[in-house]
Amino acid sequence: MEYFLQQLINGLTLGAIYGLIAIGYTMVYGIIGMINFAHGEIYMIGAFISLISIMLLESLAGGSVIVALFVVLIVAMILTSLYGWALERIAYRPLRSSPRLAALISAIGMSIALGNYIQLTQGARNKTLQPIVQGNLELMKRDDGFTVVLSYMQIGIIVTTIVLMAAFSLMIAKTSLGRAQRACEQDRTMASLLGVNVDRTISLTFVMGAALAAVAGFLVVLYYGVIDFYIGFLAGIKAFTAAVLGGIGSIPGAMLGGLLIGLIEAFWSGYFSIEYKDVAAFAILVLVLIFRPTGLLGRPEVEKV
Amino acid sequence: MPSTGNGTQASILPDGGHRRLPPGAIFKEAGLTAVVSLALLVPFVGFKIANRGGEQFLETRLPEVLIAAGLVFLGRIFLILVREGSLALPVAGGAVISVIGLFAPIPSAFIQAVAFTAGLVIIVRAAFMVFAARRRSSTGREFGSGFADGYRKALPWLASALIVFAVILPLMPFGERRTIDIAILVLTYIMLGWGLNIVVGLAGLLDLGYVAFYAVGAYSYALLASYFDFSFWVCLPLAGLFAGFFGIILGFPVLRLRGDYLAIVTLGFGEMIRVILLNWVSLTKGPDGVSGIPRPSFFGLEFKRYPAEGTESFHQFFGLDYSSLHRVVFLYYLILILALITNFFTRRIRTLPIGRAWEALREDEIACRSLGINPRNTKLSAFAIGAMFGGFAGAFFATRQGFVSPESFTFLESAIILAIVVLGGMGSQMGVVIAAVVLIGLPEYIRDLQEYRMLAFGAGMVLIMSWRPRGLLSQRDPTISLARAEGKTS
Repeated sequence: MEYFLQQLINGLTLGAIYGLIAIGYTMVYGIIGMINFAHGEIYMIGAFISLISIMLLESLAGGSVIVALFVVLIVAMILTSLYGWALERIAYRPLRSSPRLAALISAIGMSIALGNYIQLTQGARNKTLQPIVQGNLELMKRDDGFTVVLSYMQIGIIVTTIVLMAAFSLMIAKTSLGRAQRACEQDRTMASLLGVNVDRTISLTFVMGAALAAVAGFLVVLYYGVIDFYIGFLAGIKAFTAAVLGGIGSIPGAMLGGLLIGLIEAFWSGYFSIEYKDVAAFAILVLVLIFRPTGLLGRPEVEKV
Repeated sequence: MPSTGNGTQASILPDGGHRRLPPGAIFKEAGLTAVVSLALLVPFVGFKIANRGGEQFLETRLPEVLIAAGLVFLGRIFLILVREGSLALPVAGGAVISVIGLFAPIPSAFIQAVAFTAGLVIIVRAAFMVFAARRRSSTGREFGSGFADGYRKALPWLASALIVFAVILPLMPFGERRTIDIAILVLTYIMLGWGLNIVVGLAGLLDLGYVAFYAVGAYSYALLASYFDFSFWVCLPLAGLFAGFFGIILGFPVLRLRGDYLAIVTLGFGEMIRVILLNWVSLTKGPDGVSGIPRPSFFGLEFKRYPAEGTESFHQFFGLDYSSLHRVVFLYYLILILALITNFFTRRIRTLPIGRAWEALREDEIACRSLGINPRNTKLSAFAIGAMFGGFAGAFFATRQGFVSPESFTFLESAIILAIVVLGGMGSQMGVVIAAVVLIGLPEYIRDLQEYRMLAFGAGMVLIMSWRPRGLLSQRDPTISLARAEGKTS
């Protein structure tokens, strides 16, 4: 029971991070129907910008930790969004009316190029960060001394994610930007006829996805304290799997999928074998898709002749 | 404005006119680009997380960022000028920037690379403007259609010429060891590309995990040879069979999926195979890989300087001096034959009912179903046959390297193979050849840029796609059309 609880906490933390990245995939897919393959790299870039700004602030010193971290978060979100925006301009906008495979290849190319750009400029070695947020709550103690721990960092990750997702859902539901996005999702031509600036809306979608990925990168730097230029690939695949599992195009689906993938991974590594946790995640995805080919919360596609 | 397309003063602009943006607007646009690129470059080029003596600290390289942003500013101005229809100044500017990038004593290799490619891009862009304009003015048609007709007529000649060239390549004066090695690599990718072309190009099933079948083929040969001492020639068909079988296993669960769902499941399948190869240590030796894989023999003749007791080696049998080149040349012809078989098979099967069913399925699944084509069998056969060729290529890879490890079968490989198919133009056999030469052969040949190889590779994929979204040579016409329709096109 105690062990189960601990894995649940770890899984939720991991799932929260996957969910944040998965939203970027699902939003872009929803609005232009393309897999943004470079999104994992955007997350990695967010993590690097966070680490670099933390180190920069450390060398300048001063101020409270919370304020400093907040500044870092904002900087990372802004700069990463800029990368997301540039990505859309360079790799997607010229290909918007082309066959979808062309955009996919262009995105894979962008992903390779961005990964190597970071490797070239930052070096291939692991970058580390001393833990900044320390301390934890002891929730339960078993007789043999096993303690269920909820660290402050984990609380931070889960709370940040919940707040962001709530704010985000509100934005999609209530603001005019959210309305424009939903309109573009349904019918881009009609939306542009009705005065929605489609280019701007798509750009902002990429910017928002990148900002959320930057938050995920920031949280990962603080949580694990180790990053390298390669983290984007696996996290990207996992988050994309999460988005597909939840039903690509559906934002609550992405959150649900992220949580599920995180929980599957945590429980599988806790109870079975840590080596095969990736296999487990994919196997569950295949199983779900066999029975629900459009994901858990995805709307069934109506085929038109 | 309709294209006039006559006279000596023909403009290079599509609408035939001359535009002139006021200098202010040009500077504003270029300035904006420079500011954005400055913001993009500062975090990574401006700062570097460096490690020394176990300690981690920030290194600043701000001058480089400023130089790079300046270059972007200049480059953007030149590109706008090209777009606006003036050529001399941008081309000269591009050339100057390129030369500076190559020879000037700038401290950082990064800036040099940026400058060099920036100059090149400008010149290439200008060249294309001229090329397109000349096409337009000579034929009065859009760029590309005349090219496509000519290409279709020249294709058989081109293909034969290429095959002849490939056959005599090792005998040519420049056919030295390095060239042949690169040619073997390119041919392996061509074969993989042709195999994947069946799945993606013909049947329209987006497969992001093709490398799994390559891995299955390589490992089946490696394991059969090291556990049971099977020879290459026995294993080659077995490897294909195994891979085809895996293709069917993968095919079953994904039958109902389409498009991007299919892509992610195949991607997951590829990763699963890799993870299993990595962790099933008792069978596959895990990350260490399988080594000591036997080399193929030429009808029982080994390529060894000193053959085992009682056997004869290749050079003894033919009365030649021993040369390590013999085996390389043999491997070269082996992969050439394998690739050509793949090509021949694909071209023939396209005209059979099953091949036509693939093409029909690619175009419209519902229509297929209502016409009585069984989508399940059609898809499964495409997966199985595509996978089989991947398995053959894998067995060849294993015997060529003499060593396989999971490292060789990452997602990047799948992405490269898919890129070859899509860049070449889906369904086009010749396109695969051209794309493989451009993507694999060129970067291998330019070893100086080793460090920047993958960066250039990724950027190249983006550029080619935005330039020709349907691939270099796109062929989406059905292989066989009705007689009347055929009469119209030819």
